[in-house]
Amino acid sequence: MQTETRTEAQQQQAHCHYVLRLADTSLVLGQRLAEWIGHAPALEEDLALANLSLDLIGQARLLLTYAGELEGQGRDEDALAFLRDAPEFLNLALAEQPNGDFAHTIVRQWLIDAWQLEIYGALEHSSDTRLAAIAAKAIRETRYHYRFSSGWLVRLGDGTAESRQRTQRALDDLWRFTAEPFAPDEIDERMSRAGIATPLPELASRWSARMEEDLRAATLTRPATQPFPWHGKRGVHTEHLGHLLGEMQHLQRSYPGARW
Amino acid sequence: MYTQALDTHGKEPAGGAEADPQVARFQARIDAEEKIEPKDFMPEAYRQTLIRQISQHAHSEIVGMLPEGNWITRAPSLKRKAVLIAKVQDEGGHGMYLYSAAETLGISRAQMLEQLLSGAAKYSSIFNYPTLTWADVGAIGWLVDGAAIMNQIPICRCSYGPYARAMVRICKEESFHQRQGFEIMLTLTQGTYAQRTMAQDALNRWWWPSLMMFGPSDADSKHTAQSMRWKIKRFSNDELRQKFIDITVPQAHFLGLTIPDDELHWDEASQHYHVGPIDWSEFYAVLKGNGPCNRERLEARQRAHEAGRWVREAAAAHAERERTRSMQQAAGVAA
Amino acid sequence: MTESDWPLFEVFIRSRAGLEHKHVGSLHAADARMAVEHARDVYTRRQEGVSLWVVRSADIVASDPEEADALFEPARDKIYRHPTFYAIPEEVKNL
Repeated sequence: MQTETRTEAQQQQAHCHYVLRLADTSLVLGQRLAEWIGHAPALEEDLALANLSLDLIGQARLLLTYAGELEGQGRDEDALAFLRDAPEFLNLALAEQPNGDFAHTIVRQWLIDAWQLEIYGALEHSSDTRLAAIAAKAIRETRYHYRFSSGWLVRLGDGTAESRQRTQRALDDLWRFTAEPFAPDEIDERMSRAGIATPLPELASRWSARMEEDLRAATLTRPATQPFPWHGKRGVHTEHLGHLLGEMQHLQRSYPGARW
Repeated sequence: MYTQALDTHGKEPAGGAEADPQVARFQARIDAEEKIEPKDFMPEAYRQTLIRQISQHAHSEIVGMLPEGNWITRAPSLKRKAVLIAKVQDEGGHGMYLYSAAETLGISRAQMLEQLLSGAAKYSSIFNYPTLTWADVGAIGWLVDGAAIMNQIPICRCSYGPYARAMVRICKEESFHQRQGFEIMLTLTQGTYAQRTMAQDALNRWWWPSLMMFGPSDADSKHTAQSMRWKIKRFSNDELRQKFIDITVPQAHFLGLTIPDDELHWDEASQHYHVGPIDWSEFYAVLKGNGPCNRERLEARQRAHEAGRWVREAAAAHAERERTRSMQQAAGVAA
Repeated sequence: MTESDWPLFEVFIRSRAGLEHKHVGSLHAADARMAVEHARDVYTRRQEGVSLWVVRSADIVASDPEEADALFEPARDKIYRHPTFYAIPEEVKNL
């Protein structure tokens, strides 16, 4: 009996953490994109990046609220967003990388958009109906995001000599974060067995094929280096997350208990 | 308020201009509340006045994204963050509607951007003030957007079609801007002691600059009369400012905040609130470029423009290459 | 095309099935695909559309206001295109 309860509890926690991984990736990426507002290469791109940011934060809010319910400790979307420290954040390490130049931002966006297309696409058929509903809404946004980011990848890769150089550089810089999105761990396996998530290896080949096609269209070279096995989704981050959270959480931390 | 610096440019039309039958017909159309459209006849001075006013208005929206944008990454809740992003996005969109309207008059976006970045063009003085606390975001929505709405609604009926239509679109979107600002102030004044203090401090710093947004008294402006005749301007600066004061003072009282003006009082005879004297020297200093944030605002836009140059070039180069490719393909198919 | 002059596009939106596309404004973009995205981002933030057209401004052919008289004035005299010109007895239905 005790073992059953413990297994149930473990499963519940895995479920909660699985949702948090999705939530935190959207939140951190949304926060990064928000940093561009007012500083984009053209006014039209200010609006485009703001639109992406808004969509991602919207996804984060839905997913965080659900994660809080699964956790069952009374934490709402804001308690989770503003009062957890970096080791408790479960986003992909890729999402927290700094904006850099526009090429870095576009490459980071394109990689995550292609990943979200697979993940949300698969979650539409999840045995978890709440997650399926969130995914159904999110995938429509992701399709637009992917159209935007892949379009820009091609413009920059196949633009001027300078833009190709910058974009190839961005790809080389961010390549080390591309193993994590499709590397399954114990939580992913639990979710697959429960019919909540599709096994990652099944999704990985489609993601890889799409990447190849886009890189070809963008006249870019797939980096030869091996990606490093980051564990952002287990709370082991790069140094960047701490600074991002410091800025994001400042007001709530400085005025504990205040309503905003 | 988008005519704040119009006095420094522009010539008076020549005394005999109204004797020209084309000009007389044009004025008759205006008097009959007809709309002037892009390719209709219009006196050169009308065209130039509109180009300056519309582009100043557009620049104000774009620069206006910066003081509020300053707090997006630090917004204290996810809901506030989302609403603030949407608001700033709207402002960018408004800038685009207005640049689009100005372009119908024969000036290009590139030219207008050049004027802004070089410091030649003016924009509303209010955006040269810093946003120092979260309460400033509330104050801007409540006071600055409140003042802007007051100014914008009459322009929905201005004589130039594209400008009027852009304003109708803008006014429809504006309603939530002021409400979100007021709601932020309300939440603060109902909060902790530190939050109430934050709100009062923001009001102390934004009240007078908001009054100055409407511009100096029209008695000091020789161009107001012409702008009124052309139905580009529909109410005087003083009229709009007084309306704003009468509406806003009771709102401040509701919030439990004190307007930073010892001479503020209700005048029973005129049925208006009377304010103390406005320090116009500060206004002119800010307009000349010597306000607290003029440099930062312009430099931010300049840096973004410079940093984005290779991006815009790449997109243009790619589009050219694609066009050539498809033309070659079409020629290949035809041959 | 230089970086400073992404061409100007005019934007037309059909807000609901059954209505025609209406001109809502203009924007700059490097290519048509970008123009559609920009139009969607700028002009449909509040779900104002089911269909978007973008047309390069340079491709639009407009009537010349100088010729407005010749183009549009004659129709004003030809009142027999208007149904009220014909006197029909009230008892006749469905006309």
